[in-house]
Amino acid sequence: MDTIFKSERVAAAEKAPQSALGFVETKEFTFAEPLTLESGEKLGPVTLAYETYGKLDCDKSNAILVLQALSGDAHAAGLHKGDKDPGWWDDMIGPGKPFDTERYFVICSNVIGGCKGSTGPSSPNPLTGKPYGTNFPFITIGDMVQAQRRLIDYLGIDRLLCVAGGSMGGMQALQWVASYPRRVRSAIPIATALKHSPQQIAFNEVIRQAIMADPAWRDGDYYATGQPEKGLSVARMIGHITFMSEKSMEQKFSRRLKNGELGFAFGADFEVEGYLRYRGEQFVKRFDANSYLYITKAMDYLDLSGGKLISGKEVDTRFLVLSFLSDWLYPSHQSQDIVRQLKRKQIDATYCELKSTWGHDAFLVELEGLSALIRPFLEKTYLGPAGVKGKGGGHVR
Amino acid sequence: MSADTVRPDHRVIFEWIEPGARVLDLGCGHGNLLALLAREKKALVQGIELDEKAIYECVDKGLSVYQGDIETGLEEYPDHCFDYVILNQSLQEVRRASFVLVEALRVGNRVIVGFPNFAHWSARVSLCFGGRAPMTPSLPYRWYDTPNVRFLSIADFRAFCGEMEFTVEKAAFLNGQEKIDFWPNLRALGAVFLLAGKNTKGGRTER
Repeated sequence: MDTIFKSERVAAAEKAPQSALGFVETKEFTFAEPLTLESGEKLGPVTLAYETYGKLDCDKSNAILVLQALSGDAHAAGLHKGDKDPGWWDDMIGPGKPFDTERYFVICSNVIGGCKGSTGPSSPNPLTGKPYGTNFPFITIGDMVQAQRRLIDYLGIDRLLCVAGGSMGGMQALQWVASYPRRVRSAIPIATALKHSPQQIAFNEVIRQAIMADPAWRDGDYYATGQPEKGLSVARMIGHITFMSEKSMEQKFSRRLKNGELGFAFGADFEVEGYLRYRGEQFVKRFDANSYLYITKAMDYLDLSGGKLISGKEVDTRFLVLSFLSDWLYPSHQSQDIVRQLKRKQIDATYCELKSTWGHDAFLVELEGLSALIRPFLEKTYLGPAGVKGKGGGHVR
Repeated sequence: MSADTVRPDHRVIFEWIEPGARVLDLGCGHGNLLALLAREKKALVQGIELDEKAIYECVDKGLSVYQGDIETGLEEYPDHCFDYVILNQSLQEVRRASFVLVEALRVGNRVIVGFPNFAHWSARVSLCFGGRAPMTPSLPYRWYDTPNVRFLSIADFRAFCGEMEFTVEKAAFLNGQEKIDFWPNLRALGAVFLLAGKNTKGGRTER
């Protein structure tokens, strides 16, 4: 290729934000009939924010539900007008990508309890007209999935080709199989767990305490006075430490100094300090503190251990279970616990631990390994048993 | 593709397995045998393999594989949930070999074991006259880089099956592409055995 032309193209790519999907919009689905939550309380009316990419087949057999992590949203791929960056899994979803929108209809649903367009603690309480705050009922992963099922019903889809997600997205994928096994042909839980360990609950509790210790939290009634920014920022900083590995932090920051010398003050001397502060400050602009409290609680409440993942006999959902070697927040043995349940029930499944150094963040960035496994797994699910490729093995006559 | 592209040990195993059987391959490698069984015999196949890149290749062939080692791979499986458990060219790399075989016969109705023969004449010559640890076409490693931890002959394995009260239903002895019937312990580079447990009288477990 002509080198001048190539460098021009690179420069243009740097200037304009890009996504193979082009511009997309978040849609809303509202249902009036209340959800009966696991706590026994009712919630309604409920709005769910969602996006879709690609086209639904006429027999509605190519729909994939992609599920977000704790602080994610329905904007998984494509660009919103005016945004610099595409959705959070744009590398994985789009034409020719592992979740190939030329073949599949990809839906990404937000969660109830969130603050990204779905009903949550910052939404107006129909009884008072003011934000729910801590009057919002406690929700579980099961409740989130129940709300998503209403969306899938509304879209007219009987059986999803796949439910997929990392971290809390993986928890929702597992819950989908536990709640509605007949409606899910395959599941891809990534870097996730059937239940939180005491260590994971402990981190979430410190995160919640950081928010609630901020006087600006005001027992959750802060929508007129402003977010508990300090508390939420510290909460997010804790989160970011758990998302990285020791090695990825060494690679990213080492002990590099922000200003080339020690400040002998309590400012951010090291790059890692500056990074965490920046992440914390950015987060308070985009996320509601009460949502963080409710959603972390929902994650802690999930428990699909002891045979609760596959309860029925006739479950034929295929699984692709993935974990990452350097992920100490959701270590591989938690994914292996999922595998043990699948073996007991002889479910058709694949498990692989990817040798990533990125820690828990790997589910967003470890593209090569994820693509190599997800693409053929989806294809096999889509094409069925006859879809075994002709490669390898030869023929015997 | 011609029949020649199928490895001789794979061909033996392929012929022994009936259509539609449930098959678990312990140490399935790149999945060539399982892909063949799935495609040509409509077998319901599952692999267990340790190597990440090999798993990528298996999944690319449309196979389902658990990452795990051979010794712990059978845990959690209910009794007799497979018609066949295959341990081809992997038993000699396992430390707790008898434990794995007992487990395999718990999980599978039958077990197919393929291994290199340590008593092939070339190995005997190398040790006896050369005074060197044997290297043969089926045991191509040097003493310091071999993945094998168990060195057994066809006679050793037969004796072992007797001690363990395993029923040997079939056996095939291979020298490259050629099958050997006469003096296999001296002449065969490798062997494949079809085993059943001590209480099995040749009947298939009902499905």
